[in-house]
Amino acid sequence: MVTGKGEKIIEINNLQKSFGTFVALRGVSLNVRKGERIVICGPSGSGKSTLIRCINRLEVPDSGSIVVDGVALSDDVKAIEGIRRQVGMVFQQFNLFPHLTVLENCTLAQIWVAKRSQKAAEETAQHYLERVHIPEQMHKYPGQLSGGQQQRVAIARALCMEPKVMLYDEPTSALDPEMIAEVLDVMVEFAESGMTTVCVTHEMGFARKVADCMIFMDEGKIVEASDPNTFFTKPKSERTKLFLNQILEH
Amino acid sequence: MVGLGQVFLLWLRENLFFSWRNGVLSVVVGGFLLWIIFLLGDWFFLSATWSGGIEDCRMRQDGACWPFVRVRFSQFVYGFYPSVERWRVNVVMFVFFTGIALLVWERTPWRGKIVLFMLCVFPLASWFLMRGGFFGLADVSTGRWGGFMLTLVLASVGIVTSLPFGILLALGRRAESLPFVKAFCVVFIEFWRGVPVITVLFATAFMLPLFMPASVNFDQLLRAMVGFILFSSAYMAEVVRGGLEGLQRGQYEASDALGMTYWQSRIRVILPQALKIMIPGILLTFIGLFKDTTLVLIIGLLDFLGMIQAGISDPRWGAPNVPFTGYAFAAVVYFCFCYSMSLYARHIEKKFSAGRDRRH
Repeated sequence: MVTGKGEKIIEINNLQKSFGTFVALRGVSLNVRKGERIVICGPSGSGKSTLIRCINRLEVPDSGSIVVDGVALSDDVKAIEGIRRQVGMVFQQFNLFPHLTVLENCTLAQIWVAKRSQKAAEETAQHYLERVHIPEQMHKYPGQLSGGQQQRVAIARALCMEPKVMLYDEPTSALDPEMIAEVLDVMVEFAESGMTTVCVTHEMGFARKVADCMIFMDEGKIVEASDPNTFFTKPKSERTKLFLNQILEH
Repeated sequence: MVGLGQVFLLWLRENLFFSWRNGVLSVVVGGFLLWIIFLLGDWFFLSATWSGGIEDCRMRQDGACWPFVRVRFSQFVYGFYPSVERWRVNVVMFVFFTGIALLVWERTPWRGKIVLFMLCVFPLASWFLMRGGFFGLADVSTGRWGGFMLTLVLASVGIVTSLPFGILLALGRRAESLPFVKAFCVVFIEFWRGVPVITVLFATAFMLPLFMPASVNFDQLLRAMVGFILFSSAYMAEVVRGGLEGLQRGQYEASDALGMTYWQSRIRVILPQALKIMIPGILLTFIGLFKDTTLVLIIGLLDFLGMIQAGISDPRWGAPNVPFTGYAFAAVVYFCFCYSMSLYARHIEKKFSAGRDRRH
């Protein structure tokens, strides 16, 4: 469906998912290649969050298949844990661990999941905290940081595991407007360094800057998938045009 | 002085007499309180017998008979524990109360290590010390344990063991992917919570031996402990479940998304946060358990209240004011312990709600 270079790292085939009577995904297929940066947008309830939450199995699809890095997702807990190690995720609500310091947030999974030594884990954590520009906050607790700082810590925490893919689930939607830029800058930096990225967002400036591919979803289906230039200048579907008008107008 | 008097009058008018109905109510309730305080004060102190023996108590029957408590005091505390061996109980109690005092005081260094010591080393060490039977320590069978030390043993064993069991049960109850485990936990919790504590004690005291081979002589105290552990685990499980449900779903998702296993996420992320929310609930369960220990009377163990009752029924101490004295003494002691625990629970609660998302 999507053209690009490199081998496929995520293959999603005919994914379906309902919550009770609400149908979130109606047969979605999508391939992501190594190094590719995909931005997904769409109105609320269009299934975009559900789609990326299926990639690391935070949601269990009703039918369809997902293969991540050559491993098919099933009920096999070990396989799921293995895939989650390769896939970093950043949430809308940050979800930092409030009882741990910033540094401990970043080292916890390194030590217990990746089995690195305390020292190695702290070095990696420091490296990524520097790259998200908050090394000086290392010994504070998440509750003492601003929203933008917390989200940057969350990005560093995910990157510390050195994942092959990063998933962002509306990373700036819970932030005050003046903090959005600092988080987007960090995201741009990592996306441009070649990290495979799937991002659900309405930040079209970010999308224009980094996306190799834009996807517009509505009512549980992919309505349009094209390169950013075509997507923003001459979208094929009326529904996409309407949506873009709505979010770009103000 | 005039100013102060006016302030007092103003306070009276604003708080107690702001309408005539309110005024009448204040006078009636206030009078009633004063009357009760006067009666109690008179009974406890003014008309009480303070020295001498039972003859003195018989002569002054409208007050408490404190010589009864004084003479019986060591039995109330140690039960039938042999007098020469009581230093062992004293050592245990000293360590117990010192440990608690150190933990209550928030600036104690190495609190984590003290907690670990109190939970892991101390219970076993004190069991062996009080039980004896090695290194020349005389064997003191649990049948001779009694009084306040028995109350403390039962209550602390109940609370300390119920916490890990309660955590496991609560996690099991939330394990949607393991229907059998979940069903077991739900049935276990609801069963023990739905049965009166007395029934549980009866069941473990008299029915447990039926399931054991005849050769196994199962200590009566251990049977009572099993009963306490069963029902306190069920109560604790519900407290823990409250803590687990108080956490945002994002905490589970974030630890999952990092690739943590179920137990890694529970031990490193979920429980440390949930336990903090749960501390007041845990302390309240402890208060309940502390009071419920008196029920071992029913299976023939003489705890603090049991020893007092035994003392009361001693014909040598036959005087009408002796039973009242004994029960009043028990009430005061239980009240002091429970009230200080509930004060501490309230203190912790306030501390945590003050710094919700800050560092606690």
